[in-house]
Amino acid sequence: MLVIKDLHANVNGKEILSGINLTVNSGEIHAIMGPNGSGKSTLSAVLAGNPVFEVTKGEVYFQGKNLLEMAPEDRAREGVFLSFQYPVEIPGVSMVNFMRTAINEHRKYNNLEPISASDFLKLMREKKEIVELDTKLTNRSVNEGFSGGEKKRNEIFQMAMLNPKLSILDETDSGLDIDALRIVANGVNQLKNSDNASIVITHYQRLLEYIVPDFVHILYKGRIVKTAGKELALILEEKGYDWIKQEIEE
Amino acid sequence: MVKQQYITLYQQYAHIIKEKSAPLLNSIRDAAFKRFEELGFPVKRDKDYEYIDIQSSYDHDFGLNLNRVSLDVDPYKVFTCDVPNIQSYLCFIVNDTFYANPEPKISLPKGVIVASLNEICTTHPDLVKPYLFKNMDWENDPNQAFNATFAQDGLFIYVPKNVVVDVPIQLVNLMHGNDDLLAVNHNLIIVEEGASVKLLVCDHASNEKKYLANRLTEIFVGKNASYEHYKIENTHNQTMNLGTVLVHQDDDSRFLSNTLTLHNGITRNNITVHVDGQNAEAIVGGLAIGDKTQKIDNYVSMNHLKPNSTSLQLFKYILDDQAKGVFTGKIIIKEDAQKIAAFQTCKTICLTNTATINTKPQLEIFADDVKCSHGATVGQLDETALFYLRSRGIPINEAKLLLMYAFVHDVLEHISVDAVKDRIRLLVEKRLRGELSKCNGCVICK
Repeated sequence: MLVIKDLHANVNGKEILSGINLTVNSGEIHAIMGPNGSGKSTLSAVLAGNPVFEVTKGEVYFQGKNLLEMAPEDRAREGVFLSFQYPVEIPGVSMVNFMRTAINEHRKYNNLEPISASDFLKLMREKKEIVELDTKLTNRSVNEGFSGGEKKRNEIFQMAMLNPKLSILDETDSGLDIDALRIVANGVNQLKNSDNASIVITHYQRLLEYIVPDFVHILYKGRIVKTAGKELALILEEKGYDWIKQEIEE
Repeated sequence: MVKQQYITLYQQYAHIIKEKSAPLLNSIRDAAFKRFEELGFPVKRDKDYEYIDIQSSYDHDFGLNLNRVSLDVDPYKVFTCDVPNIQSYLCFIVNDTFYANPEPKISLPKGVIVASLNEICTTHPDLVKPYLFKNMDWENDPNQAFNATFAQDGLFIYVPKNVVVDVPIQLVNLMHGNDDLLAVNHNLIIVEEGASVKLLVCDHASNEKKYLANRLTEIFVGKNASYEHYKIENTHNQTMNLGTVLVHQDDDSRFLSNTLTLHNGITRNNITVHVDGQNAEAIVGGLAIGDKTQKIDNYVSMNHLKPNSTSLQLFKYILDDQAKGVFTGKIIIKEDAQKIAAFQTCKTICLTNTATINTKPQLEIFADDVKCSHGATVGQLDETALFYLRSRGIPINEAKLLLMYAFVHDVLEHISVDAVKDRIRLLVEKRLRGELSKCNGCVICK
């Protein structure tokens, strides 16, 4: 589904990603872990097409198409979804209007008619339940006045609405209490099937107790330096990142 | 010289102007003319007019309807600018003449008067006299001196004590003629104690002639009374619109104005509020969307004369191409006007690097126990928000539109009539999409 080859990326002239190689297949969950500043969020932003980052080298193919050539909105409509680490508040844009516009743009892209009002409301209702999102929130402006946890739940709600093929969860667990974490993880698990895939970026092993990865990658200084099964997360939890750093420096 | 043109005009035609106007309207005419002779038009060296050239707008051969020749058509039959889905009591000012509605769809509560100011000055002089010209400062303000020299008619609204008018009154200011025209008119609105009324003013031009309008509205909001003033300008690039709104507020009164400039040539809105009562509230909001070489200059003077009142000024501008915006926001708090909370915000998005905005807060505070703030921002669309929307599959143009719409939404939130709010939202959206070159649903504009 996703093939990343030797990906390099800069921000403000400074190289953050220095040759990432990663392949993600349908039905897989990949966890990406790593110390602060290792490039985890940059990787997710580059995949989603954030114009702040400049790709200097490498290739990314998504379902056989060159992802790097696509505008962010086209990546989204091809099925890439980024759950933001810091979801943006947009006062004045209502959640309903936002979601309806997004859904209809996806439909237009696939040559479908706009969704009917009743179908849309039904869909909203159905998907809200997945992350137990309060109706009060969906009646507000996008993320405006949402708590940290509510913002993250709202990300997963949007993911449920848009039904992506590849979802990238950028530190979705940060700032969540244990209940919210469970709700968010349950949501992700419910949306999981054999046709889609997820990349879960996290600092901590905690989230991976709920969302069980098939692979765990360690990102360090802009490169994936270690890949293993879910047991790697446990080792990291116990030992921290120092042993990895040592291993690499040796 | 531009000024001389109008001095000669008045000297030649003063007798006709007076003959065709009610004596009450003539009562300060000569004195105002004398002041105009001395003051002339505002020029750019006047601090309050430094970013806009008013004088040169008058420097064109405009026709004036001093003889009060009436239209050969009935505006109510020919023009249907009844903004769709809005129930309103409709009336027209075509150029500078008020046309009473012969068959209003809505009946007004007993005692409420909506009429021609010129007529009312003759039929009800005692009602008008205590108010007419009382809010004006024609001795010092050249615009007002000019207006008082030439105004012969306008809208008159009277809402008696404790009467609530639910349905908004809608005034369509229509510029219409075969020649380039100058219209000068004077409106007077009296809202007595405990009364309430809302006025929706729509400025239109029926064709591509050059038009200049100098319109002045005096508003008196009595004790515990409420008045809302919505002004939507949707004219064209050849019009110059000079609007003056002068408000006087008593104790416990509420005044709200929202000035929306969607399409125009050159516009200057002067809004002066005298909060001359305690526990009163004044909200002056505005929204301007400009492109090409449109100029929009909003000037607010908020005067707190008594303690314990609040005021808010909230203006938003979206400027494209070479459009020019100006905002001057004065807050003046008199010595004994303690416990005032007066706030001011002006925010602008410049979509190009050739669009310009000048914002000028001016606070003159003579009381020592007040809460005042002012803030101005100028910027572009928020890149993070733009990326967030795009990452959900919303194309860049649509995403920009959503953000621009979001940027202005809080100004629209201050519109209390839902139907008006919905209609204005739609107009704003169309304007932002570039679809609105003319008011939709308006026969005159087709």
